[in-house]
This record gives sequence, structure tokens and C-alpha cells, in this order.
Amino acid sequence: MMINTSRIRQFKEKLETKRWLLPALLVFVFALSLVIQQFELLDPYVQLIIMYVGINIILTLSLNLINGYMGEFSVGHAGFMAIGAYVASFLTVKVFPADMAAWLFPLAVMAGGAVAGVVGLVVAFPSFKTRGDYLAIVTLAFGMIVKSVIENIDALGGPRGFLGMEKLSTLPWVFFWVLVSVWVIRNLIYSNFGRGVLSIREDEIASDLMSVNTNHVKVLAFTVSSFFAGIAGGLFAHLLQFINPRAFDIIKSTDILIMVYLGGIGSIAGSVIGATVYTVLLEVLRPMGIWRMVFMPLVLVLLMIFRPRGIMGLREFRWFVPVRDMLASRLWREKKAGT
Amino acid sequence: MSVLKAENVTHYFDGLAAVSGFNLNLEPYELVGIIGPNGAGKTTIFNLITGVYKATRGSISFDGAEIVGRTPSAITALGIARTFQNIRLFKELSVLDNVRIAHYARVKYSPVEALLHMGRFQKEEEEIIGHSMDLLAFLKLDAYADEVSKNLPYGLQRRLEIARALATRPQLLLLDEPAAGMNPNEVSQLMEFIKWIRKEFDLTILLIEHQMHLVMNICERLLVLDFGETIAEGLPRDIQKNPRVLEVYLGEVKC
Ligand SMILES: Nc1ncnc2c1ncn2[C@@H]1O[C@H](COP(=O)(O)OP(=O)(O)OP(=O)(O)O)[C@@H](O)[C@H]1O
Ligand SMILES: [Mg+2]
Repeated sequence: MMINTSRIRQFKEKLETKRWLLPALLVFVFALSLVIQQFELLDPYVQLIIMYVGINIILTLSLNLINGYMGEFSVGHAGFMAIGAYVASFLTVKVFPADMAAWLFPLAVMAGGAVAGVVGLVVAFPSFKTRGDYLAIVTLAFGMIVKSVIENIDALGGPRGFLGMEKLSTLPWVFFWVLVSVWVIRNLIYSNFGRGVLSIREDEIASDLMSVNTNHVKVLAFTVSSFFAGIAGGLFAHLLQFINPRAFDIIKSTDILIMVYLGGIGSIAGSVIGATVYTVLLEVLRPMGIWRMVFMPLVLVLLMIFRPRGIMGLREFRWFVPVRDMLASRLWREKKAGT
Repeated sequence: MSVLKAENVTHYFDGLAAVSGFNLNLEPYELVGIIGPNGAGKTTIFNLITGVYKATRGSISFDGAEIVGRTPSAITALGIARTFQNIRLFKELSVLDNVRIAHYARVKYSPVEALLHMGRFQKEEEEIIGHSMDLLAFLKLDAYADEVSKNLPYGLQRRLEIARALATRPQLLLLDEPAAGMNPNEVSQLMEFIKWIRKEFDLTILLIEHQMHLVMNICERLLVLDFGETIAEGLPRDIQKNPRVLEVYLGEVKC
């Protein structure tokens, strides 16, 4: 079979210039998600997988901000997720009146994100002085601490876990939070703070010496990142309707790491692709049983050999890049030529 | 009033004095060179001035304000910028982004304004692009604005490092062996270039060089360092004849 690659490239370029398609598409998909939910158009199992994909996209973006864009190495993101999950669940089950829980659900998720964000702010402090392996150990310890703290709080069910949540995570809500996270990460990355984040990855000392207040940048990045990990946790808890500390252990953190490096560091498109491919592949390969756990790491090893930066590493889908940044030099030249 | 004043600056690495009793007084618009053999402590002096290391003893003041103990980003924001002996560009980022990052301290908009694309955000972002591109054009780098900086040829990478330093709008520029790895022709061009930017940007410049003869013609004053001590100071032609300097450089003159 012959594939006309130049035709495809032309089509791709044409598509990329039609930027209004993106908001239009998003509104359409959001409407679609509402309709699907209302009329049960999709198999509940398929809906479940789609929501897993969404939650994983949020987690991947969250970790990508720290590991991909900033070049630090966190392996404790499941800890932030746990905080969000437990805070949100505690609110909807124990605090909010039962008949209001559905209405107050967004608030509960937000609160989970906010508490995770504040904790993330604290975790940022060790990153002022340490990086690389040492910071990885700090975040690893953080993840363990969160898990054992929860195991020791009886009000949260201890090691047995916490249940009683209604299934409040729906397609539209998950889609909404995916949009918010993409939007926030994108607007921060294409700003002064985002450039600060990138410069820390490239060369932290040079960054400081180019006037970047790296401590501020790290606090902001950790806060935003852990906020979204917390949001993902809240959504996750109200999808599964049962959480226990073991759901947020090192394996969960590793899953997020894999999605980041599979999709590609420093890329929104990469995060979306990485989370989607990994989540769907895991489901599709379910019949393989235990072999799945051999196959997936193998894929990862091969990827690291042949494409060490992941599918989209350090590259971005052009619709996600603000026009001002994408055409900066060209617009400047046109302006010069005009005057 | 002096731009930079270092008094009795001493710095130890694990009990070893890398710099001891260093004194320097830089007047506005001066171009002063620090020379000395490998490991003499030249780069350490730059690291002390810019806050990468905190001086064990002594004081450094910039524009009359004490800067020992301040963070590197704060010191840069005050008006001291530098380049590095081993080029330290933001390798994977574009030439334009390298220069844009150096505007960090002057941005006034808050993260919330950035998030919502509101308020000062749009205007300031456009100004940063404008300034950065103007600066790149001034240094004849604008054609490379969208290149990934690690892909530039070596000479242009050096020039980009200077452009990036200038983008912080320094009053004092520190250049650490800017001629390293250049052939004699490139070196003489570079020296003209340094004089030119000093004039255009009204800079005070402190320049490190390993080989003495490269800076003879451009520096108004030289300091010679050996094992952390200042062994000579004065006009280039006097330094050239100084017996202690000759002794230190005996092995070096050949190269
Ligand atoms: N971070 C550090 N830790 C320990 N020792 C250091 C450190 N940085 C520099 N030194 C030591 O301090 C001394 C001065 O080093 P410095 O880099 O300032 O020399 P230099 O004059 O710049 O030499 P070169 O011409 O090779 O660049 C050397 O003996 C060096 O080994
Ligand atoms: Mg040196």
C-alpha cells in the first residue's frame, strides 16, 4: 500500500493553522460528554476507561511539570494524589450533608487539590538545596510518610480504607478538570514563570545568575503540580468509590512516571498521549494476565533506547503554543519591516 | 563613586584558600583584566562577586551596597551580569528564549495575571519579545532567534552568552575567559567587540583571561593572581615587566 506522505503533511499543516478548531472541538466534546452521561450512550466500562484516561492525563501533566519541564525528579506524586483523594472523600462523606454532596462535589475536589497544593509548597523547600537523586529520596520518603499517616488515622479507616463515596466523578467533570489542568499548565509554561521552570531544567546555576528567582519558581511549580495531583485524587476516589492507602503507594507513583516518560518530557501533547496510550494499552492487554507486567516494562525499555525523550519529548503540538510565542520572531520582523 | 569594591575578600575550600585578601576597586566604565595561571582563583572571584559562593571573610559592595550574603538572582537583578568559562547556555531552548529568560527579574505581572492572560501580562510579554529581538539584532544574532541554542557554532554561542548577560541590563559585566577556544583572528575581533559593547551599553567590565598577551591591548588595568594571592597590579606595560609575574608566567609564555 502506498501512503502519500506529502499529502498527509500538507493536511497536517493545514489543520495546524486552523486554530479555532481547538476551542470548537473542546466545546463539542464537552457537550458530547454531557449527552453520553445523560443518555448512557456508552458502555459503562468504556466510560470508566475514558475517565481513567482523563485522571491519568491530569496526573501526568502534574508530574511532567516537575520532572519534565523543571528537570527535578519526584517519585512521590501518589502522596499528593492520596491527600486530594482523602480530603475530598472525607468532605463528601462525613462533612457535607448527604443530599447536597453532588452539588458540593466540585468544592470537595477543589479542597482536596488545595490541601495537596499547600503540602506541595512545603515539599518544595528541600528542593532549594537538593536536587537529582537526593530530591528523589526526599519525595520517596514523603510518599511513604503520607501513606503511613493515613494508615494511622482511624477516622479515615486506617489501613482498611475509606468508603461511602457516591459515584460523583462523571465524564463531564473529568473532562472539565482535564481542560483546566491543560489550560493552567499551558498558560504558566508560556510565561515568565514557565521560562524560569525551563531554565532550572537546563542549568540551575545559570538560571539563578540570569536573575531567575529559582526558589520562587520551585515553590510555584510544586504547588501547582501537587494541586493537580490532588484534584486527580479526588476524582479517582469518587470514581472508584473506595480508597485505601495501598492504592497510593510507590507503584502508583511509578505508573505516573512511566506515563510521563512514555509520552515525553516537557510536553502537554506528550502528557496526553502518554497517559492515553498507557491506560488503554493496560486495558487492552488485560487478557495477557501476568505477561502484561512483562510486556509493559519491555515497551518502556525499548522506548528509552530508541526514543529516550518519549514520544513527544520537548516538542509540542502547535495548537497548544500561544501564537505570540510561536511566531515571536516573525511578528517582530514584520513589525520592523512595517515601520 | 566606585562601581564595585572588594575588600580583603578571602575564600576557603575545605581549608584551602582559593582566594586570599583580594582587593579591587572598579570605577565606572573601567575595563580591568584578571590574569593568572590555572587554579589561581580567578573564576572563584567571579563566583564570590555573583553570590554563587559566600566569601569566608571580607566585604564586596556594589554601588555602595554590601552584596555578600545575597542570592545570585538578587545580585544579578542589582546590575551585575556574567558569562561562564565553560559556556552555560540553556542548551535545549531557543536563542530567543535564552535572552527572554534573562528578563525574569523585571517582570511585574503575577502568576495569576499570567494564568488569566490579564492585566500587565500581554503588554509585558510583548515588550520582552521586543527587547530581546532588538538586542539579538544589535548583536547580529536575530537570524538565529528560533534556533535551538546548542546548535549554534561555538563563536556564536559565546556571543549569545554575552547577549543573554546584557539582557539583564547590567551596569557591571563579568567575562570569564571569553576568548577561550578561539583562533587569533577571532580573538582580535572579540576584543573589538568587547570595547564596542562597553561603549554602547555604558558598561564597567571585569575580564578574566588566562593568557596575558590577549588582554594587553584592551585592559586599562591588570591584576595578576597566583595561588589565590594578588601578586601584581597596575598598567599592562608595567605588569609585563614585573619580575614576579614573569616568574609565574615563565612556563606559560610559550603557549
Ligand atoms: N567548588 C570547589 N570546591 C573545591 N575547590 C574548588 C572549587 N572551585 C574551585 N576550587 C579550587 O580553587 C582553586 C581556584 O580555582 P578557580 O576555578 O578559581 O581557578 P581559575 O583561576 O579560574 O583557573 P582556570 O584558569 O583553570 O580557570 C583551584 O585550586 C580549584 O581546584
Ligand atoms: Mg577559571
